[in-house]
Amino acid sequence: MRKSNSINWTKKDLLDLENLSKEEIELILQTAASFKEVSAREVKKVPALRGKTVVNLFYEPSTRTRISFEIAAKRLSADVINIATETSSVRKGETLIDTGKNIEALKVDIIIMRHNYSGAAVMLARHLRASVVNAGDGWHEHPTQALLDMFTLREKLGRLEGLNVSIVGDIAHSRVARSNIWGLTKLGAKVTVCAPKILIPLSIEQMGVRVIHNIEDALAGADAINVLRMQFERDKEKAFPSQLEYFKSFGITKERLKSAKKNIIVMHPGPINRGVEMSSEVADGANSVILEQVTNGIAVRMAVLFLVAQANDYIKKNK
Amino acid sequence: MSQFKEKAKILNAEEIKRTLQRLAHQILESNPNLADIVLVGIQTRGVYLAKRIQATFQEIEAVDIPLGVLDITLYRDDLTTVGVRPVVKETKIDFDLTDKTVVLIDDVLFTGRTIRAALDELMDFGRPKIVALLVLIDRGHRELPIRADFVGKNIPTSKNETVEVRLQELDGLDEVAIGEKVLDTNGYESGANFHE
Repeated sequence: MRKSNSINWTKKDLLDLENLSKEEIELILQTAASFKEVSAREVKKVPALRGKTVVNLFYEPSTRTRISFEIAAKRLSADVINIATETSSVRKGETLIDTGKNIEALKVDIIIMRHNYSGAAVMLARHLRASVVNAGDGWHEHPTQALLDMFTLREKLGRLEGLNVSIVGDIAHSRVARSNIWGLTKLGAKVTVCAPKILIPLSIEQMGVRVIHNIEDALAGADAINVLRMQFERDKEKAFPSQLEYFKSFGITKERLKSAKKNIIVMHPGPINRGVEMSSEVADGANSVILEQVTNGIAVRMAVLFLVAQANDYIKKNK
Repeated sequence: MSQFKEKAKILNAEEIKRTLQRLAHQILESNPNLADIVLVGIQTRGVYLAKRIQATFQEIEAVDIPLGVLDITLYRDDLTTVGVRPVVKETKIDFDLTDKTVVLIDDVLFTGRTIRAALDELMDFGRPKIVALLVLIDRGHRELPIRADFVGKNIPTSKNETVEVRLQELDGLDEVAIGEKVLDTNGYESGANFHE
């Protein structure tokens, strides 16, 4: 008998990590590892999604995620269209479902959506035959960011199981934190979240994480630290009187890293506020993998687009 | 998933070994300049065959021939057809193909579509001087104008038959068998998350 330990990807959408199995997450990471090589070729393009059309539908401003998805789709030979809702009919009052149905009527295969409402991607996916990839929905999830964080960690440390990962920053309003917690705990990592009390959501312990409020404790014994961006522009509650105040209490500095493991991995989903979440020395230092995260994001998004497109073809042909 | 109903063994371990040695010698015979030769194995079993041929070169000529690995999944022409949901494996060619004689290696040559995909992919890596094809088994039924330069064994088959190459590294033993594929009663799974 031939060995067949690989599982198939059967979902037409990628909406969250909460509802993926450990095996499905591992399949994405394994597929991404194969795709990483494509971007290192002289001809950085494979014909896998030739003839497919991908729409980037962004209800919130985004540069890096949108460009990363666009590059991923283009390296798979798909055609990509970007819709920024500020300049579209959404401003005339069109509902999300109507917008989605209209895009689908243009025979689009995959819609990549960022939306300010939690659950928007799930709702859109239920109404469409086209694939939906969640590029961040409200405070809910940002699955591809967590996947690329996990991919980078695994590439650097060889495994995820048993790793101590600390997530620092505004946990309460962070979809990146939420997706990371789901993904990392499913794959056996031990997750600690660190923030002032006001930025930690109630009963987050139920997600299987340790909660602390002191940055030194978050660094002690950690194999990696994922530093979230302080979203001061959204901070209506004024959790912190000033950016300097935050830096003094929670900023990652060279001095603070001295108490941590020598090879601790420092991650940040970007864009960085230098001198707020971390010092420039740390951001550009030997422990930082911030730019590798950006590079890996392409491979992870290529894997996701490839897997959902294939599953959707399979579903359509078998209906 | 489907099951393999075996009809006959075609090659045993000793025969596979001797066949690969002969093929290595044939490569040498037609390309005396070893410095020009590179090997590229097609995932999965072609890679292991390529490694064995590389080892044979090491034995008989004491040279290390560069070895690359090619996964053709992303270049397939049936990515969107029913039941095909392949896993993407590693591609790794970390040497320059330009002006080299590439010996492309696969286990079984059948329709020729895998080789078409492999050729397209190779060209994205550079411009080889020559691409030659080596296969352990040629079972006929070509659907494209493709032929092998080095053939381990020609086996006449009917179209619904299957040739399985089993290799120590993956299957625990070396042998080639011919048989038929029988579909499972439960067929393919279809666990889609599409809601009407």
